[in-house]
Amino acid sequence: MATFFGEVVVAPSRAGLDEEEEAREETPEDREIRREIEKKRYRMEVDVLWTWQAGGCAKEPLACSRFIVAIGRNAAAFLSSFILDSVCWEVVGVVKLWNEWCRTSSTTNVLPTDSFCLFYRLISDPTVLLCQCSCYVAEDQQFQWLEKVFGSMQKKDLQVTILSTCPVADYKTQESTLTLVSPFLKALKTKEFQEQVCCPLLEQPNIVRDLPAA
Amino acid sequence: MFIPCDRGGDSAAPDFKGFTLLMPAVSVGNVGQLAIDLVISTLDMTKVGYFYTDCLVPMVGNNPYATAEENSTELSINAEVYSLPSKKLVVLQIRSPFIKNKYRPFCETLLSWVKSSKCARVVLLSSSHAYQRDDEQLLGTPLRYLLTPDLEKAVGGRMKELNWKEMEKVAAYPGISDTDKVLHIPGGGITKLLFTESCSEGIQMAVLLKFCSEGDNIPDAFVLVNYLNEWLQLIKSEVNPSSQWKIPSSWRLLFGNGLPPALF
Repeated sequence: MATFFGEVVVAPSRAGLDEEEEAREETPEDREIRREIEKKRYRMEVDVLWTWQAGGCAKEPLACSRFIVAIGRNAAAFLSSFILDSVCWEVVGVVKLWNEWCRTSSTTNVLPTDSFCLFYRLISDPTVLLCQCSCYVAEDQQFQWLEKVFGSMQKKDLQVTILSTCPVADYKTQESTLTLVSPFLKALKTKEFQEQVCCPLLEQPNIVRDLPAA
Repeated sequence: MFIPCDRGGDSAAPDFKGFTLLMPAVSVGNVGQLAIDLVISTLDMTKVGYFYTDCLVPMVGNNPYATAEENSTELSINAEVYSLPSKKLVVLQIRSPFIKNKYRPFCETLLSWVKSSKCARVVLLSSSHAYQRDDEQLLGTPLRYLLTPDLEKAVGGRMKELNWKEMEKVAAYPGISDTDKVLHIPGGGITKLLFTESCSEGIQMAVLLKFCSEGDNIPDAFVLVNYLNEWLQLIKSEVNPSSQWKIPSSWRLLFGNGLPPALF
C-alpha cells in the first residue's frame, strides 16, 4: 500500500496472519525475544489467590450473590473514591499475572498508580464481592482469568455488574463526537437481567471488547 | 464448544444432521464475514447457539441484525450459530480475530464439531490478497473455488456447468521451474489449514473466495454472496440479485462518525 509520500508500506491486514508467514519476516533476535516472552508467559499462569486458601482450607466455591467488577484504571478509581473503605470492605483475594504490559504481585497493599487486581468482600454481607482490576489482562489471558475467578464462585442466582470505560472517540454515532456531551453512560445486559437499567443501552454498531466482553 | 441457546420449554439441542454449514474465514477485507452477515440478515435466520471458545478475541454488542426497537437488545458475541431448517442451512458467524497461537486448536475443534453434528458439507467463504495474483489471474474473474475430493465427486460437475474457475496452485519455489505446485492463499487466514485438514479427514468442504484488497469491502461481499447464490440458490436471483440482499443495521458508520459542524 502506498502512503501519501509515495513510499510503499506493508499495511496490517484484518486477516489472521499465518504464523509461518510471521516467522519468515523475523530476525533471529526477534525470534529469540518472542520465544523468551512466550516461555515466561506460559510459566507464569494467571493465579487467583484467595485469603482463606492461605490456611490450607479446601477449595469450596465461594457463595456469591452479587459480583461487581471494575476493569481499567478509571473504573477502579471510581470504586476507590466512592465505594471502598477499610471499615465496610475487606480484601479477600488477589490475581497474580504477568504480560508485556504489566505485572501484578500477590501483595494487597497497593498504590493507586500500581497495576493490581484485588477482590474485596462486604463485611456486613459476605456474599457481595467486588473486584478492582486496574492491570491489563492480555487477550490470551482473559479466558484463564475468567475461568479461574468464576470457577471459584457458586453461580446460582449470581448477579454480575461490570464497570468499564472507553474513549469517546471510539463511540460510533451519526453526529460527530466533538458535539457529544461526555462523559456518558451506556449499558449492555443479558436477557436474564430483569431490573431497570440506569442508562440507555449501547446502540449498534458499537461493541465492547477484551476483558469486559469476556 | 457449541452451546445451544436456551429456548425455554424446547430444551433439545438443535439437530444439524445433513445440513450445509456455511462459515467465513477471517481474511483480507473481512469479505467472508460481511457476506455471511448478508446471508443471516436477508434470510432472517434464527440464532440457535454460540461457540464457547478461548481462541477468539472476546467481544459483545447488541443484536447486529436488529430491525426494530423490540429485537435490538439481544446480546451478540464473537462466534454464533444461526439456522434455517427449511433450507437445511446452518451458519457460523465469526466476529473477531484469532488470539495468537490459537487458530490451530480452533480449526481442530471446529472440524470435530462438524463431524459430531453430522453436517453434510461445509462451505467456507474467504478472500485472498489481490496484489499477490500472477499475470494470468489479473485477467478474468476474481472469484475462485476449491473442493475437497469427497465433494468434488458430488458437485464437481455443477461447478463446470457454472463455468467457475478453480483456484490455481503455485510453484512452491517461485522462479525455479520444475518444482512442486502447492496451494497458496495469502491473506486467507485459516482457509488453507481448514481446507487441507478437511481433505485429509474426508470432510466435504467447498471454499469460495474472492481476490480483493483492504478498503470498502461491501461491494466485494456482494460479489461473493452472489457467487455463492449461483450454486446454493439461497435467494431468487432472476432480476437484480444485489438488490435482494438485506444490509444489516450494524453496517452503519463503518467508516467513522458524522463530521463536526465546526469544521465548516
